[in-house]
Amino acid sequence: MRIEFTINGRKKQFDIEPNQLLINLLRENLYLTGTKYGCGIGMCGACTVLVDGDPVLSCLTLAADVHGKDVRTIEGLAEGKNLNILQESFLEEGAVQCGYCIPGFIMTSSALLKETSTPTEEEIKEYLKGNFCRCTGYINIIKAVKRAAEKSQK
Amino acid sequence: MSINEVNTHVIPFRFEYHAPTSLKEAADLLSRYRGEAALLAGGTDLLVKAKQRLVEPRHVINIKSVKELNGIEEKGDGVDIGAATKLRAIEKSDIVKDRLPALQEAAKSIGSVQIRNMATIGGNLCNASPAADSATALLALDAKACVISSEGGRTLPIEEFFLGPGQTAMKSNELLAKLSLPILQDGSGAAFMKISRTSLDIATVNIAIMLRLDDDIVIDCRIALGAVAPTPIRVWKAEETLKGKKLTDKTLQATGKMVSESVNPITDIRATAEYRREVSAALLRDALMIARDRALRRWEE
Repeated sequence: MRIEFTINGRKKQFDIEPNQLLINLLRENLYLTGTKYGCGIGMCGACTVLVDGDPVLSCLTLAADVHGKDVRTIEGLAEGKNLNILQESFLEEGAVQCGYCIPGFIMTSSALLKETSTPTEEEIKEYLKGNFCRCTGYINIIKAVKRAAEKSQK
Repeated sequence: MSINEVNTHVIPFRFEYHAPTSLKEAADLLSRYRGEAALLAGGTDLLVKAKQRLVEPRHVINIKSVKELNGIEEKGDGVDIGAATKLRAIEKSDIVKDRLPALQEAAKSIGSVQIRNMATIGGNLCNASPAADSATALLALDAKACVISSEGGRTLPIEEFFLGPGQTAMKSNELLAKLSLPILQDGSGAAFMKISRTSLDIATVNIAIMLRLDDDIVIDCRIALGAVAPTPIRVWKAEETLKGKKLTDKTLQATGKMVSESVNPITDIRATAEYRREVSAALLRDALMIARDRALRRWEE
């Protein structure tokens, strides 16, 4: 079947199989490998992308389901070679160790900052609880989101 | 499920995909492919099961774009919620927050932001998990389920909706269209609480309570619990005992004991049956106190 959707600002068309998952279309057909496969059952958040601005799990979304929608992945955040504020803040706070979970964290965080421009620590923890990190202990990730929020205020 | 036992990277079978935009079209498709079709709304249950081949439908009917199934509407002294309304929309709805706060608490307690952006209230109910958080809240709030097929519709009280784990009273050509809830009467308060291993996990035990007070005397109440029986349940016996009484320590203790004895939990990976019995009584006391405070506050207003 044929679908059309916007990926990181560009409209594209694809011939897909109905049972194809969004994450596999992104990674295998579009080579957007920033989005990561974690658990495959909706527990870890590594595959988080934005669909029409909302963070959702691309491993539990059919590609057919994003027909006509707007999809944004980690590759769609930077403007040219300039990282966006969240990406910058994650680097500055040392929030990244192995890095596998980070695209998911950044996509979820970007939705959080759209909804709440200056979230409290509790709000950050609550919003990010669907994203697992097995290296950092989360402390620097939370700091990075706070830093990004402060920077966006300036 | 251990994630290493199956390949969760793909859905390992083919199906035909349908995306109806009207309720009639959806019902017609469901009846045409009766027994071979699965309804897809959020996908957070269906696609996980499909990856494990626990379900293998020949036809998948995506009902997300069916307009009639979406939205929250206040109607006179009730609220209608479309079955394909996302949990996140319920959590953020001012109508739900003002009129049915216990349902907001239940919706908010489910999974993560990502899950709630996908999962729908109808999906949570039709999956018929004994631990479904929204089910417990809807039982306490006296919801009715409106079910339709290509032959017509019927309405059933939510108590009659669940038959067992994964089983509902719906026939294979029927789909859940909406939930109708009465708004709380004056002097009423409701509360939802749950115990889970982590805040992301499925409930070990959940509870929802509606309490209507006259002064300090209980004139009406509904007590619902989840994950303590094959379906979410009302504890009628405890409700009857509370009516006409003040919420004294003695009453609370007696009702707690009654709830512990009435529930029929199992031992599984999350908790033992004994633990669930104990926790049911403790949750009952806590939730009754919250519901009472809310009811009294509404009196004062």
